[in-house]
Amino acid sequence: MRIEIAGQNAFIIYFAEQTSAAVSAQIQAAVDNILASMREVIVDLVPSYASLLVIFDLDRSDPFAMRRQLRAALTGLDGVESGAGNLVTLPVYYSLESGPDLEVIAERGAISVEQVIEIHQQQEYRVYAIGFAPGFAYLGEVDERIAAPRLATPRQKVPRGAVAIADRQTAVYPAVSPGGWNLIGLCPQRMFDPNAEPSMPVKVGDRIRFSAIDREQFLAQGGEL
Amino acid sequence: MSGFSVRQPGLLSLLHDRGRYGAHKLGLTTGGPLDFVAFDWANRLLGNDANATCLEVSFGGLALQAELDTSFVITGASAPCRLNGKPLEQWRTTDIKAGDRLEIGFATSGTRVYLAVSGGFDIAPSFGSSSTVLREKIGGLKGDKLQAGDHLPCAARRLPKALCLPAAERPDYASEVTLRVVTGYQQAAFNATQQWRFFNSEYRLTDRCDRMGFRLEGENVHSDIVGMLSEGICLGAIQIPADGQPIVLMNDRQTIGGYPKIGSVIALDTARLAQLSPGDKVRFEAISIEQAHNIHTLARARFLRCEPQPC
Repeated sequence: MRIEIAGQNAFIIYFAEQTSAAVSAQIQAAVDNILASMREVIVDLVPSYASLLVIFDLDRSDPFAMRRQLRAALTGLDGVESGAGNLVTLPVYYSLESGPDLEVIAERGAISVEQVIEIHQQQEYRVYAIGFAPGFAYLGEVDERIAAPRLATPRQKVPRGAVAIADRQTAVYPAVSPGGWNLIGLCPQRMFDPNAEPSMPVKVGDRIRFSAIDREQFLAQGGEL
Repeated sequence: MSGFSVRQPGLLSLLHDRGRYGAHKLGLTTGGPLDFVAFDWANRLLGNDANATCLEVSFGGLALQAELDTSFVITGASAPCRLNGKPLEQWRTTDIKAGDRLEIGFATSGTRVYLAVSGGFDIAPSFGSSSTVLREKIGGLKGDKLQAGDHLPCAARRLPKALCLPAAERPDYASEVTLRVVTGYQQAAFNATQQWRFFNSEYRLTDRCDRMGFRLEGENVHSDIVGMLSEGICLGAIQIPADGQPIVLMNDRQTIGGYPKIGSVIALDTARLAQLSPGDKVRFEAISIEQAHNIHTLARARFLRCEPQPC
């Protein structure tokens, strides 16, 4: 673990060279420790794959005090259980109608569309980072058999709720937006709703499972085609 | 609630408080005034809360009609301002009455003009802030920039006497600026030659500068990094993608990104950068985080010590 300078009022803590469930759990524990011990000097925090950006209040702290307090908040993180984090299950309507890139992914992996759908649901993913757009959660890591590079030409319009794969990451588009990920289904649950509390069903460090629903269930749960 | 009606919205006029903090975990950016120095003076001159909502008018072209009697101030970039057609001085509070027409023309020095009204505009916060971020469609009036016909609610609150900022305290928006950089992030991945080149070259602003980031052009700079994991980006971070041309990330930056960064421009200088135009020149100067803290603290003390004067 190393603490580096990021800017006049920011330090970035690097936990590892690569991400993993254990690293992600440590970052989440660090966020909790920092908020518990020094909340009054924290302006904002950005947890990501293997790092945590800590932005502090220049009028209430200084670089010396921050380093000292951060070091204290980061002790004892080695023993954090990698199973920590809430488990959230997201329903997905997988079909050629809702997942126009299912066939391409199947072809790449030399497997059937049904197997792609099955493999996507088989494992637990972890929320490694949230960014790109409000509510966009990067989930990793998908099975190599269904990993697929981003589209050469991004789509102008990806629908809200689109479940997608890029390389070994998967995500649910929180809003209509342009996008270059491969689409495999649609999730009826809102991933970002500014008027709801909480506004996101997941946070960094949570564990995610996908569970198939059929067309009727999708529509009944508020999904739109 | 009464207030102001928008007759001409200008090119890019956005409602902002000091910014949205604590929402990075949702992927929301900070927003807030690009030139917080001019913004802070606007609120200070009116005796407003430091976080009161103002209007950031980029480039100019705004015309408003008052529906009530109150006081206002215009700070930031120099622009021809008029009240009912009569020229108006910036950096001093002025009274306005119902039916008056207030115009901010196009900036002649600097690019961001700030309009504050007594008590601030009354805008409901989203995620704790009124700041408008167009990309996120959040803040301001329905997450959008001002449109003709919009209504800007505020209270009728005249100041007892006019105040102005002494001329010596007003920023000048010179077209050449040295940006102070706290080195950090992937600095070590830029070798000595590359760092020397970066800190000893002149860069020009391209026309690809917006509230997310300012793209510069000049000497190429390269790091030894091939691929890196996305990580949190702070205000002023200088990202150097594979083409070797730096981008200074501003208030509406994405919260995470995967390009190498050599350090971050201090906030006092991103505020100066924001007032520049394409073709203007900047240089970078490396400073330590301790120096940056001193610079911030001195500027803050000076701001608090300097009293607006009756005019």
